[in-house]
Amino acid sequence: MSLTLSQPATAGLADAGRDDASLRRFLHGLPGVDQVGAEARAAALATRSIKTTAKAWAIDTAIRMVDLTTLEGSDSPGKVRSLCAKAVRPDPSDPGVPAVAAVCVYPDLVGVAVEAVRGTGVQVASVATAFPSGRAALATKLVDVAEAVAAGATEIDMVIDRGAFLSGRYLKVYEEIVAVKQACGSAHLKVILETGELVTLDAVRRASWLSLLAGGDFIKTSTGKISPAATPPVALVMLQAVRDFAARTGEVRGVKLAGGIRTSKEAIRYLVMVNEVAGERWLDPATFRFGASSLLNDLLQQRHKLATGAYDGPDYVSID
Amino acid sequence: MTDQPPATPSAAAAPTDSSLFDYAPAPESRAIARLKPSYQIYVDGAFRDGRGEAVKTINPATEEPLAEVAEANAADVTDAVAAARRAYQGSWSTLPGAERAKYLFRIARAIQERARELAVLESLDNGKPIKESRDVDVPTAAAHFFYYAGWADKLGYAGFGPNPRPIGVAGQIIPWNFPLLMAAWKIAPALATGNTVVLKPAETTPLTALTLAEIIAECDLPPGVVNILAGGPSVGQALVEAPGVDKLAFTGSTAVGKDLQRSAAASGKRLSLELGGKAANIVFDDAAIDQAVEGIVNGIFFNQGHVCCAGSRLLVQESVHDEVVAALQDRLRTLRLGDPLDKNTDIGAINSAAQLARVRELADVGEAEGATRWSPACTLPDRGFWFPPTMFLGAHQASRIAQEEIFGPVLTVLTFRTPQEAVDKANNTPYGLSAGIWTEKGSRILWMANRLRAGVVWANTFNRFDPASPFGGYKESGFGREGGRHGLAAYLEGEL
Repeated sequence: MSLTLSQPATAGLADAGRDDASLRRFLHGLPGVDQVGAEARAAALATRSIKTTAKAWAIDTAIRMVDLTTLEGSDSPGKVRSLCAKAVRPDPSDPGVPAVAAVCVYPDLVGVAVEAVRGTGVQVASVATAFPSGRAALATKLVDVAEAVAAGATEIDMVIDRGAFLSGRYLKVYEEIVAVKQACGSAHLKVILETGELVTLDAVRRASWLSLLAGGDFIKTSTGKISPAATPPVALVMLQAVRDFAARTGEVRGVKLAGGIRTSKEAIRYLVMVNEVAGERWLDPATFRFGASSLLNDLLQQRHKLATGAYDGPDYVSID
Repeated sequence: MTDQPPATPSAAAAPTDSSLFDYAPAPESRAIARLKPSYQIYVDGAFRDGRGEAVKTINPATEEPLAEVAEANAADVTDAVAAARRAYQGSWSTLPGAERAKYLFRIARAIQERARELAVLESLDNGKPIKESRDVDVPTAAAHFFYYAGWADKLGYAGFGPNPRPIGVAGQIIPWNFPLLMAAWKIAPALATGNTVVLKPAETTPLTALTLAEIIAECDLPPGVVNILAGGPSVGQALVEAPGVDKLAFTGSTAVGKDLQRSAAASGKRLSLELGGKAANIVFDDAAIDQAVEGIVNGIFFNQGHVCCAGSRLLVQESVHDEVVAALQDRLRTLRLGDPLDKNTDIGAINSAAQLARVRELADVGEAEGATRWSPACTLPDRGFWFPPTMFLGAHQASRIAQEEIFGPVLTVLTFRTPQEAVDKANNTPYGLSAGIWTEKGSRILWMANRLRAGVVWANTFNRFDPASPFGGYKESGFGREGGRHGLAAYLEGEL
């Protein structure tokens, strides 16, 4: 298999992934990101005041965008089934609450999850490629992916090789993504940049473009195992990347924010950012996701508060 | 007047009509402004009706009258100047700096305590979005008093000799674009250095300055130390000509500034002027483009472009012109124009019918000169004074819209090829208040900053204000500095 073949999707940018030098030239030719300015823009967007009907729409939309996630060493079939039940019907007392987008589990539990959500429309996502560190041989990573896909995962969340990226071996990162994409078959590929390890916004922009050029369907901030995870300036830069990628190629790719988003308020602020930075066409689970576990319960409580005027308390939502 | 049902301009509307994520109206309550039916002038520590005309101040977003203001006349000016003189000689100029500082700290705290009230009042009277009055005008006004309070007992260490002396009575005239903030810029350094003040706010925006007078009264400042007179140009003229005034400080248009300087000539009055501008915002091809676009938007559409240091001329390197313009147009489509009290409003109302006429006239000139006018699709409210965010493409250095200050939400786009050409074009204006440089190359920032004839040069940002940073002009943008240690000089004997 020829890893240096660029994806047909990236016509016009076809040369960028031809060899290490071309890739480096392309990524380093991207406009820089001014950290102070990006932080100021993110902070300004956070002052939008989303009330009443707009808030109700945003909460339901955010619920539909959740990848309900459990990624613990202690995960068991029982835990995963419990999570899947929640994903399908987040609030058993209110059928008006939409299902979430997907559940996200480790590869060995994909089969359990597939069984639990069969026929509901909820997708099963699996982390793979030696998540979360990505420190394994490519062959091992590809087996990891293949097994998850074989077990029925329709979405694969891979991690990039941050060590290779930070040491400037861009082509290695690119080729791994291309190979994983191929191993995914029809499964959607989300590429985790682990922005907390990339540190600078310039690096986030380059990693975003690299992942998009290599064929990632989504770019995703974090594994959730490293702090900081998703932050507003990082989300801003990644949303700009998919916006600019779509402008150049006509292809709409997605963004997933993962890690540390626990409240409805934060989620709504991110939806405002999606709306005003990428554009309203990204306000869809097909192109924007939240990877989260506790966020869903806060969204349910806020939804109830908005409908009834009163908080019902943490004992009225399930702990899964 | 406050119990009339308030006319509400249509809620802030995103320019596109069919919006998936439609932000519901989120208006700040106008009751917070504690609007009174009438406002009085403040002379010699007491509120009283001015002996000039009673004038209604209106909400520019709806044209609805807000309150009646009993304006001053020339006799009131005479009284106020005499009161300021008595206060100066009585105690204020010899009060220990630490004691003056206590009053200034008190005013700063009181502004913070009444911040929401002042913000809503400012947005009602001026038309600016509540997010700006709330996040910029009012906090920066308080910060100015805090900053100069800190200098009051350290003047001997400010670099003006061991015992710098105040000048006397300061006559101060301020514009309508930042009514409370400009009052703070003027009053705080004057008081910190031991001067007394007669301040005249602009005729269309007197309410926050008169509320500041309430705050000053509540802070127990000795009578006459600060006097605030509402009124129009005739009151300003009387203040300029008043024999008891030792120092004049004016912020406003260059035309009025020139008249004022003629009037004050050979009168012995010290003078500082902060006038118009036509700032160049210079974007190089190696700039962080997304942040440059934000800076361009902030530079010209902040406060509807009613900013003397607005980045009204975009000088963009030819090699990235199309890319920057496209990104800018996309960004402009997300600006929300409408009710200034809505927390999601980005663009508020033009302050007055007269200013709207001026902006319209120059925009028409731009079109007649052959430049391409562009605005995002944008519904303007039926009542009130409104102008959409606008940019002119294909303008030339010789265009009037590239030379004259429009003082509205209108950006003129010009190009350059080399750094030297950028400097030449940026400096090719009678004004010299501010400039912006956008490049990721530090050495180029320094090279440019050394050559730009502008009082403030921002690098990779625009319209950032801090009380510790001096602000003021070159050439026809005026002289004297406000803010920072330099701002003390304008109110000290033998300086400037």
